[in-house]
This record gives sequence, C-alpha cells and structure tokens, in this order.
Amino acid sequence: MENFTPLTSLAGGLLIGLAAAAMLVFNGRIAGISGITGGVLKADRGDTLWRALFVAGLLVGGFVYGLVAPNAFAITIDRSTGALVVAGLLVGFGTQMGNGCTSGHGICGLSRFSIRSLVAVVTFMAFAALVVFVVGRFFGGTL
Amino acid sequence: MNQKQYVAAFGTGLLFAVGLALSGMTLPSKVVGFFDFSQGLTSWDPSLAFVMGGGMLVYLPVWRLVKGRARPLFDERWRLPTRKDIDGRLVLGAALFGIGWGLGGFCPGPALTSVGALSSKALVMVSAMLVGMVAFQQLEKVRERAKARRDAERQATTTPANGGIAS
Repeated sequence: MENFTPLTSLAGGLLIGLAAAAMLVFNGRIAGISGITGGVLKADRGDTLWRALFVAGLLVGGFVYGLVAPNAFAITIDRSTGALVVAGLLVGFGTQMGNGCTSGHGICGLSRFSIRSLVAVVTFMAFAALVVFVVGRFFGGTL
Repeated sequence: MNQKQYVAAFGTGLLFAVGLALSGMTLPSKVVGFFDFSQGLTSWDPSLAFVMGGGMLVYLPVWRLVKGRARPLFDERWRLPTRKDIDGRLVLGAALFGIGWGLGGFCPGPALTSVGALSSKALVMVSAMLVGMVAFQQLEKVRERAKARRDAERQATTTPANGGIAS
C-alpha cells in the first residue's frame, strides 16, 4: 500500500460530497457528471446553461488546481492513444446507457439507498477490476 | 431557471473539481491501483474507497436532512431520479462504463477536470467520451423512432381503416 493517501483522499472525498450536497440543497438535482455532460450535448431546452456552467466550473477548477499543483494531473499508467480512445468511447456510451457514473450512481445514488445505483456500482466496479486484472496479467500493465 | 441556480451550478462544478484533484482521482494510477492486487496488498491502493466514503459521509446526512422538505432552496420542486426498476440497459451500460474506467483510469469527472488542467491525454479520452455519449443518444433516437413506427403500424393493422364501423 505504498501509494495509499488516506488523508488527502478523504479530504478530497469530503469536498466532493459537499459539492454534490450543494447541488442537492440549492438546485434540487443530482450532481451526476455523466448525466450533466450528456445533457449539454442533448441541448434540452432550459437545461443547457446550468449544465454547461457546471462543466465550466469543473474545467476552471482543474485549470486553477493545475497551476498550483501540476503533479495532481500526472499520468503514469502506460496507455496508448488508441486505448484511451476506446476507454473514452466506452465511458461515454456506457454512462449514457446506464444513466450514471461514479458521482451520480456512486456518491449520490448509494447515499440515497437507490437499488439501481447499487446494481450499477457493483457492476462497474467488477468490470473495472476485471479489466485491470487482464491488462496487468496478460499485457504487463501496458496497453 | 434563475440566476442563483446558475451561480450554484458553476460553484458546485468548481468545488467538485478541487475535491477530485485533491483526492488523487485525477491520477489514473490511483484508480488502477485500487483494482490491482497483482502483488497482494503491497500493490493495493485503497484511496478510492476513502474518496467514496468521504463523499458519502457528507452527502448521506444532508440527503436525510433535506429529503422531507417541500423544495430545494433555489427551485420550486425537486428534480431527482424516480426509477426503481433494474433492467438490462442499466447493467450493460454500467459494465461498458466499468471496462472503459479500468482501461483508461478515468471516470467522467476526473477526466473533465484534467482537461481543465490542460492534460492532452485527458483531452483525447474526453473527446472520445463525448463521441460515445452522442453515439448512444443518436442510437436512442433511432430506436424510439422505430418503436413509434411499429406502434403506428400495429394500430393500423388491428383497427380497420374505417375505424371499426361495420358497413
């Protein structure tokens, strides 16, 4: 467990929870990042601007954090561009089909004791673990 | 939609990004490390569980506090998911997402935050993610249109052209 960062990960998790809770308390919505991002692309009338602003907040937050602590964005796993493209396509397609990702199903859904979210979380965790196992075992951690 | 909701949406995104970056989830190695038991506990990085736990530690009590209320602060009603059914699409969608997550080490939030931090690899991943999202939405449209057509045809074959009035 040499890379384990319990304190910063817990602190970051608390901030994520606070952000998701603010979305609930103020706007009465789930802070599901894949749903909000997918919604911007769908351009539903009346719902596009707030979604775009949320995504803009993520981007600006990342930009500012990157200026202060660029190491927070160091990519050390060995993945080709092709692998990243396939990963992106699957994440995009899968989150739209399954109505959520780690934020909406994970943090919000599990906290709301949603059965759909529990099924989704168990499923995506299991498949992520399977892929990491296969990439490590049969491809030496490089793809 | 009012001004306050827009400010809240932007502020929420901003805080979310800071949380993600601080938590280490913008490092794909930490995601992969959570699922990596190749060297037993030596290679395992439990950080991801602390991120999820931290998030729920705040969200769960807030949810319990506000769910009985009539409305959120900035809107006249709640806009929350109500579905309870478990269908194949939920499971298949989650499975596909899981495969992509394990492969790239990025889920949507950290990927977008990393694009903000000008990571070119994250930009590749996010571009493909947006294509994947649009692809599913277009497929859905085609499916819905086909279903509407089938329903219309069934309607036409079960009801006689004169509306069922015997002549």
